[in-house]
Amino acid sequence: MASTHVDAPAQKHTLRQRLGRLDVKASPYLYIAPFFLIFGIFGLFPIAYTAVISLMDWDTIRNSGEFIGFGNFEYVLNDRKFWIAIRNTFSIFALSTIPQLIIATFIAAMLDHHLKAKTFWRMSVLLPYVVMPVAVALIFSQLFADEYGIFNQWLGMIGIDAVQWHKDPLASHWAIATMVNFRWTGYNALILLAAMQAVPRELYEASAIDGAGKLRRFFSITLPQIRPTAIFVIITSTIGGLQIFDEPRMYDTTGNGGADQQWLTVALHMYNTGWGELNFGRASAIAWLLFLLIVVFGLLNFWLTRRLVSSDKTEGK
Amino acid sequence: MARTRKQGAANIQRPTWFVYGALAAVLVASLFPFYWTLLIGSGDAGTLRDPNMSWIPGGNFIDNAMRVIENPAVNFWKALGNSVIVSTTVALSTVVLSTLAGFAFAKLRFKGSSVLFVAVIATMAVPVQLGIVPLYILMAEYGWTGTLGAVIVPALVTAFGVFWMTQYLQQALPNELIEAARVDGCNMIRTFWHVAVPAARPAASMLFLFTFVTAWNNFLWPLIILDQSNPTLPVALSMLQANYFVDFSLVLAGVLLATVPLLILFVFTGRQLVTGIMQGALKG
Repeated sequence: MASTHVDAPAQKHTLRQRLGRLDVKASPYLYIAPFFLIFGIFGLFPIAYTAVISLMDWDTIRNSGEFIGFGNFEYVLNDRKFWIAIRNTFSIFALSTIPQLIIATFIAAMLDHHLKAKTFWRMSVLLPYVVMPVAVALIFSQLFADEYGIFNQWLGMIGIDAVQWHKDPLASHWAIATMVNFRWTGYNALILLAAMQAVPRELYEASAIDGAGKLRRFFSITLPQIRPTAIFVIITSTIGGLQIFDEPRMYDTTGNGGADQQWLTVALHMYNTGWGELNFGRASAIAWLLFLLIVVFGLLNFWLTRRLVSSDKTEGK
Repeated sequence: MARTRKQGAANIQRPTWFVYGALAAVLVASLFPFYWTLLIGSGDAGTLRDPNMSWIPGGNFIDNAMRVIENPAVNFWKALGNSVIVSTTVALSTVVLSTLAGFAFAKLRFKGSSVLFVAVIATMAVPVQLGIVPLYILMAEYGWTGTLGAVIVPALVTAFGVFWMTQYLQQALPNELIEAARVDGCNMIRTFWHVAVPAARPAASMLFLFTFVTAWNNFLWPLIILDQSNPTLPVALSMLQANYFVDFSLVLAGVLLATVPLLILFVFTGRQLVTGIMQGALKG
């Protein structure tokens, strides 16, 4: 042990003992204080204060506001753009969650073998994760270019008409979801791989002896065993997924989410309202609505998971 | 019988050519966008729209890169330096403050600890990004707009970090070690330093890496609070796109320049990132 000086017990005086007791009592609070302080000032307070500003007409030059009631909410909720942004956000979220989970499960199943150069393969699927979303978006926005993009060229080679990736809403959602999937599929594959490796090997051996084939083993043993982890992956992706901003913002040079809001997301809508139109009141109303949406979605998730887990228990033993 | 069973297990896990083929395809798919970026970034203004583009990199990469670096609107060196400063500071501070709080939650007894820890978990689900309007107003009020402090200070510690370190220290740090240090006369902070910190090191280095990557990639808040004269790399890249959308060879040369530092970091630390993700998954 590195502690160097040992105090002579005879010389203990009450002051030292008192200090020692204070040390024991106060230290834990001191250690957790920085987190709560920083989270309070820069996390909780701004979120709560967003609700206040959403009720104000904010003057960005004087940096102060006037209460106007629910006018901002009324405006935002009556604005077509907001509802399109909601639609786009959920559409992109679905397209970047479901295919991603399927591909990640497949990759995890591939990695779950006695591979040569195991670490190399695992690292190779994780590589895209370290690349900035902004950089990924800049690259993919050109791969998905409408006229000269390489993806459209390839489609042309197999006789498919060029897809209007920057005009058609659903096509643009696919393109943006692809950027998200590019960065996160490998990451989630590693999480699922960890879950697969925790499956008792005896289950596989027993079923192999019973004559179950590879696919059969995968669907009857692996998938049910990793289900809780898959649910965990979906839940953790909702909070970030519903706030998607970087990719739609960089998808074209204007950053407005498309001429007809084809890929305008709620977070992008909030940004453009706040820092494009300099309307902080409305931007706060949008932020607060998105906040509520995420909370409701999170609770729904939570409730669903608990039901799934409890039904697991009754099914099981 | 025992022997055949063992062989059976080995056979189940023996990779076929299909397995290697699939993994190689995944590898190609994750490398292709970068290779294509290199093709465009080493070409000229016309390369992007050229249907007969060569599959071998051209000779203009250094030229394009120099033009990006020398452009005053992009401020490349400043952006790179700022990204290094921001990510390193944020990652270091997150590790220190999370380990401190994690030590308290995992190993010290104090009133309200379980309630406070539940609060930490609950805050992980709070989308703090949505508080940026008041955060901006706050920063404007105190004259922090345009400064790196405005990016660093709100990110000094995260709920995830505290949760991660608490989980790790709970199982990695035996109570006997703490008691022994206390009996030896260590006060609390010395106990933390000499006992908890060495035990926390593996989890701390992973937390450092993840926080570093997240801070490096962070875009929305720096875009709002920083300006052209003092950007981080993602902000500089967005300037690059706005300035050069007619010549994408420059934009993509810039993208490569901005991506290379983290690719290098990945070569040396990727192994640890993999371990971190897989261990985190088992706890989650």
